[in-house]
Amino acid sequence: MAMPRTLGGGPGAAGRPGTGGPQVLVPAGGLPTPGAGITGARSLRRMVRAITANRKATTGAALLLIFSLVALFPGVIAHDDPTAEIYASKLGPSAHHLLGTTALGQDMFAQVIYGTRPVLEIALGVGIGATVIAMLIGVAAAYLGGLWDSVLNLITDVLLVIPLFPLLIVISRYLGVGGAGTEVMIVVITATGWSYTARQLRSQALSLRNRDFLEAARVRGERPLYIVVVEIIPTMTSLLVASFLTNALYAVLFSSGLQFIGLGDPNVISWGTMLYWAENNEAFQTGQVLWIIVPGLCIVALGAAFALLNYAFDEIGNPALRPVRSMRGKRVQPAQ
Amino acid sequence: MSSLLSNEQPQSSPGGRRPGAILEVRDLSVDYVMERGIVRAVQDVSFDVAPGEFVGIVGESGCGKSTLLFAIAQLLAPPAGIVGGTVIFEGENLVGLTDKQLTLVRWRDMSVVMQSAMNALNPVLSIAAQFADAMRAHGVTSKPEIAERSAEVLKMVGIDPVHLHSYPHQLSGGMRQRSMIAMAMLFTPDLVIMDEPTSALDVVAQRSMMVQIKELQQQFGFAVIFVTHDMSLVRHFTDRLMVMYAGQVTESGGTRQMFERPLHPYTVGLMEAFPSIHGPRVPLTGIPGSPPDLANPPEGCRFAPRCPQVMDRCHTTAVPMQTLDGEQVRCLLYENGEVPG
Amino acid sequence: MRFVLRRLGFFTLTLWAAVTLNFLLPRMMPGNPALAAIAGHRGSLSPGALRVMEAQFGLNTHQSLVAQYVKYIGDMATGNFGESLTTQPGNSVAHMVLDAIPWTLGLVGVTTVLAFILGTWIGIVSAWRHGGRVDSIMPPVFVIMTVVPYFWLGLVLILIFGVTLHWLPYFFTYDFTLTPGFNGAFIGNVLQHAILPGFTLLITTIGTWVLTMRNNMITTLSEDYVRMARAKGLPGRRIMLSYAARNAILPNVTGFAMSLGFVVGGAILIEYVFNYQGVGYLLLDAVNNDDYPLMQALFLLITVVVLVAILLSDIATAILDPRTREAS
Repeated sequence: MAMPRTLGGGPGAAGRPGTGGPQVLVPAGGLPTPGAGITGARSLRRMVRAITANRKATTGAALLLIFSLVALFPGVIAHDDPTAEIYASKLGPSAHHLLGTTALGQDMFAQVIYGTRPVLEIALGVGIGATVIAMLIGVAAAYLGGLWDSVLNLITDVLLVIPLFPLLIVISRYLGVGGAGTEVMIVVITATGWSYTARQLRSQALSLRNRDFLEAARVRGERPLYIVVVEIIPTMTSLLVASFLTNALYAVLFSSGLQFIGLGDPNVISWGTMLYWAENNEAFQTGQVLWIIVPGLCIVALGAAFALLNYAFDEIGNPALRPVRSMRGKRVQPAQ
Repeated sequence: MSSLLSNEQPQSSPGGRRPGAILEVRDLSVDYVMERGIVRAVQDVSFDVAPGEFVGIVGESGCGKSTLLFAIAQLLAPPAGIVGGTVIFEGENLVGLTDKQLTLVRWRDMSVVMQSAMNALNPVLSIAAQFADAMRAHGVTSKPEIAERSAEVLKMVGIDPVHLHSYPHQLSGGMRQRSMIAMAMLFTPDLVIMDEPTSALDVVAQRSMMVQIKELQQQFGFAVIFVTHDMSLVRHFTDRLMVMYAGQVTESGGTRQMFERPLHPYTVGLMEAFPSIHGPRVPLTGIPGSPPDLANPPEGCRFAPRCPQVMDRCHTTAVPMQTLDGEQVRCLLYENGEVPG
Repeated sequence: MRFVLRRLGFFTLTLWAAVTLNFLLPRMMPGNPALAAIAGHRGSLSPGALRVMEAQFGLNTHQSLVAQYVKYIGDMATGNFGESLTTQPGNSVAHMVLDAIPWTLGLVGVTTVLAFILGTWIGIVSAWRHGGRVDSIMPPVFVIMTVVPYFWLGLVLILIFGVTLHWLPYFFTYDFTLTPGFNGAFIGNVLQHAILPGFTLLITTIGTWVLTMRNNMITTLSEDYVRMARAKGLPGRRIMLSYAARNAILPNVTGFAMSLGFVVGGAILIEYVFNYQGVGYLLLDAVNNDDYPLMQALFLLITVVVLVAILLSDIATAILDPRTREAS
């Protein structure tokens, strides 16, 4: 028995046998119903297919893959120790030093390569951490309702409104002279950033609360925890993925920013700290252009990977946003 | 009432009216360009509408009736587009005209009523503003005239003009729907196209709205094309009926005639699915199976897989429209214009 | 009216939360570094300032927490923020903050409004011409623009236009060999110094507006009421603006204020890079100098500004969307 299709698809999509009963015809523009139910494994398969079909998504995924590989196996790509200040300083690019050396005599290429891991760790840590917290709070608020909902909502809204970066600055400062290492960064950014996606997850959870398939589970006698874990959460997959990507992106940008102004741990080799040292050593005035440009480009590339994936997911979820295929030669009606 | 608002002097049809029909649709086809291929939602549809006629178009969801309606009104948007055929309204072919050219015809001579007023009315503008918009777009700019006409059309549908300054979300469902009809009456057009205007209402409100529409029609003499999936509505209110299936017209003719003697097996199935409350008790039947995928339409008759009177030939022969006693039917059973013995 | 009252209530609540956060933060951190800093500079502080800072940071542990809190709230309400410890020792914090505000307001205020208007307009037009060649290459370009780190772009622009081409100045708010005054030369100089930082902020923030407006517009354009507007024969411009854009912009207006939090963050970094003497620069200066009273005051100020902006945007939404006026 075929299931009604709700995403894309033209007329004649599978209907229910029996009476000449209703099927789903997607009108021009094809809007899916909000919170359209794509459950569990089917959604994973769908997602993979969707990613390979969308150019933005493939670019983003490819970039992410490259960065992940670099982060996991830095030694394979760069042969120098990034912290060793053994070379002549301020050298330009050459066969020995692909990007030249820093003012402190370190190999820049090695720094960029080894610097990938802390950045990805932060992105991953915050992405997952913030999403989990946001999900717990958002779903709890929607499902428990009443006073719990109001209280959680209030906390979320208040946190949402307090400007993040100044807060991060103040907190990082208080945490001590050594600066915030990777783990501290993750905790701090997660603790201040979960509120943004919590709101979105809560509204989706709310819209799902009264859906039929949940009612069916309740009537079957399933316990609330089961319902939440097995029924609700898989349906929210697309929003959870979007939340992960958004939080990862902001983690990359915020952590680099904090490191740049010196609030990170300057002894950790990371793109942000590289820029900090570059600034401290007056890189532009002394013509060490690469020191400034390369780490920044890496941030842009990684950020772009997350952003492109996020944008592509938006398009996948809302077919109306997809690039419009031209009907050249076929259409009789002129464009507006 | 100023002459700009009445319909006594048609100003939009340069060629004058053809005797008989105000709307002639010929071989109209509409394609949707989807990711999985091109879907032909409407295939070679042809029909006429005479002045003052109430024509009903019925079919299952997905048969292409709404698409057909929007195609006639030139309201399709990508990924849908007309790929062939003509729509001659009061002597002029509307297909291929630009929006600017269509402005002359729109609303003055042809207006549209959509399914859900909640979605069809702009949520951030008051009713009055939306009425005024339409009038100003067609040269009526004096405020008193606009106000007077707005109040007038609301009264026509039984709504107190005090509601002019309300926003759509402040009105009840029935009132919203009726204000859409009032809006369509602003210039008392020659043709009003309605896409399931009663589907969003409960049964009682439905009937009262249909009665209202019929009254207005008799009072002002406009033609109506009325799309619905509800057979019981068409039975009591339409003059002529067109049945659509999988993008094609399968049968069309006078309503009473079709209800008394349905020809196409699909029409028969539809009638049987809506037994009359006054008639004898009959077992409730449906039509087993589902409509074909229009990205790959079958050769031969599209209804063949579900037809209780299917013949071998039906699967392979493309079926043309036959004329029979003033009715048209697309079925091999009536080849050569004869009723099978 | 009820709506406005509710928003005001929320505003007050959040303000209270921020103030309280400010109060608790130094006390929650390991070792309360603020105390150490104050102790070190005791000599240069006036007694009045010392008292204020006792309440702010918990210096005098003889007082109960509650008493400190009460005094603290009182001080905040009367604008008594103490004195700078290290940045400008002895100078009143309030004074320093007031000096910096106009620069930031000018830079950030003008650029943000410009980015919003320009970005929204580009978004509207690009959605209206959905499917055209321009529209297909634009979104990825703008997506990438949104991930460029504010500070890095500033550095790059300095590199190109300042250091290499010598076209534009990139240090400080004006040439300090000039005497400030309301004359053409000075104002011209100020504007010149504002170009690079302003442009950086513009480029990094415009992308979000373009993309969200475009996406909202595209969704709105497929709504029935837009189709109805076409059916009525309304002129294209009216449909684009009163029917589509007016509805599509609503989420953007709310988003505008929300995003101010991020814009503020970006502004801080940009001021740092360009040595632009605004509130952000002052904050970082304070941070680098362990100037806790100044830091606290600035954090509070920034929060208040963002809260006010959110309140204003809520009111704007209520004006634009009649449905929210009655939402319970």
